[in-house]
Amino acid sequence: MRKYKYQIPRRLLQISILFIFFGGNAYGWNVLRGNLSSAKVLDAIPLSDPFAVLQSYSAGASIATDALVGALIILLFYAVLGGRVFCGWVCPVNMVTDLACKIRTSFNLDTIWKSWDIQRGVRFWVIGLSVVLSAILGVAAFEWISPIGALHRGIIYGFGFGWAFVLIVFLFDLFAVKNGFCGHLCPLGGFYSIVGRFGFLRIGYDKAKCTSCMKCIEICPEEQVLSIVNQHSGAVLSGECINCGRCIEVCDDNAVKFSSIYLNKYSNNK
Amino acid sequence: MPERRDFLVNAIKGLGLAATGGLAWSGFIEEGKSAPLILRPPGALPEKEFIASCIKCGMCVEACPYDALALAEPGDDKPIGTPFFTPRTNPCYMCKDIPCVPACPTGSLDESLVSDKDENGELKLNINLAKMGLAVIDRETCIAYSGIQCDACYRSCPRIDEAITIDYTRNKRTGKHALRAPVVHSEACTGCGLCEKACVTQKSSIFVLPREIAMGKSSERYIKGWDERDGERIKDVTEEVTTQTPRSGKSAIDYLNNEDF
Ligand code: SF4
Ligand code: SF4
Ligand code: SF4
Ligand code: SF4
Ligand code: SF4
Repeated sequence: MRKYKYQIPRRLLQISILFIFFGGNAYGWNVLRGNLSSAKVLDAIPLSDPFAVLQSYSAGASIATDALVGALIILLFYAVLGGRVFCGWVCPVNMVTDLACKIRTSFNLDTIWKSWDIQRGVRFWVIGLSVVLSAILGVAAFEWISPIGALHRGIIYGFGFGWAFVLIVFLFDLFAVKNGFCGHLCPLGGFYSIVGRFGFLRIGYDKAKCTSCMKCIEICPEEQVLSIVNQHSGAVLSGECINCGRCIEVCDDNAVKFSSIYLNKYSNNK
Repeated sequence: MPERRDFLVNAIKGLGLAATGGLAWSGFIEEGKSAPLILRPPGALPEKEFIASCIKCGMCVEACPYDALALAEPGDDKPIGTPFFTPRTNPCYMCKDIPCVPACPTGSLDESLVSDKDENGELKLNINLAKMGLAVIDRETCIAYSGIQCDACYRSCPRIDEAITIDYTRNKRTGKHALRAPVVHSEACTGCGLCEKACVTQKSSIFVLPREIAMGKSSERYIKGWDERDGERIKDVTEEVTTQTPRSGKSAIDYLNNEDF
């Protein structure tokens, strides 16, 4: 069970958030209404996707108070929490891309077809493009094609043809690029990696315990963030880590733990 | 300087790819944006502002007690994720308290567009101000226009006798019967679509269209002098002539008498 110590609560959280949203629409529960673009907690506290609000702003919309306050709350929450907690623990697409990755690795597909060579930085270009296109076209450009939106709206209000967007992501990850969408293209993931850059929650690594098995790097969907492994003890500094805790689960030597750059032990990366 | 060259090459490659992706992406968005046949919930901002500001949260959809609203998804041929309604199956029932509007976190559904002052001067929601669309009648298929007794749309209209009235005329075809035909009035019609749902013909003979599509616009220079409100527009006009042309010096009668026609 230790192998799924974080996997299980992660899936539970991802699914229950969707389920509560679904109940909000279908049965009128008022705990959490709306969807991941914008929501209301207990009919009182607004929450909004800050990246969607940014695009709306760029598209020339005047942003209403509720949306603005909601976006600030979410922004602050993830900035303080750190890393891409949204990706690892909330976003439903993570379940789809993790599944694609799981199939890829368990059938050793990497040896059959090599991953295309796309750089991880592409997502930052996509952020830029989203903002520029929003300004030119007068609509929130990424929201228009977002598989994340298609998936959560589909689950909460019923799918139209939206499942196709999700299938494209799945097939892309399965056949074209390992961790292709979330690890290279998704601008929302890129956005949260910037937001969460200085947050609290971090992966801590203890070189003294490490036996250099490299399992953590094999499992990590963002392996570049674990550059300290085998180098020196310390914390993962990159905001690109999705805080999924997979590296912790696979480590048989207790060398990896949730921690923080603000705790003494990991603060001085030597 | 191979490093510098690599950097330049990469930058150009990146820009090229971004441009390619951006163009395909814009094409897809433009395609969806240009589908104008969409009916928005009450109080929606003008379409251009609406699609810029709606965050696609579905809060309006959830607030609607009649399940009238839905969010567009790929395949609906409408701006993805934005709310709309389909009158023939699910019209807007024009709730007095318009729950869909205050639910909107982005102001895309704007309370001020569906509010006016009540007797005490307080701003109050008034669904009659909604302008979701305009009902249009196909007189060739509406059976009432052929002289058959039908007033289903008229009776279903929440603004009966204001938005739809019955025009009582003679049936010219038979010469001896009455023709009681429904007529829609654009100042009062909210576009709720209850008439479209009620219509008895196989495909509804009265249907709601977005107002920009259903309505024409007469030029500024035509003034209905018999209409008090329209007449207002010329109340400050004097008889003094400000435009001078070779002909304008003569009076109209001289001009008619002296010219060769
Ligand atoms: S990268 Fe994007 S799609 Fe993937 S989990 Fe993060 S927000 Fe969701
Ligand atoms: S470093 Fe660990 S927690 Fe971060 S993304 Fe990789 S496996 Fe997940
Ligand atoms: S006015 Fe009532 S019926 Fe009409 S869309 Fe709003 S909530 Fe639904
Ligand atoms: S509540 Fe407002 S922002 Fe949300 S989907 Fe409806 S119109 Fe759009
Ligand atoms: S319900 Fe249909 S057929 Fe009957 S009067 Fe109205 S438009 Fe005509």
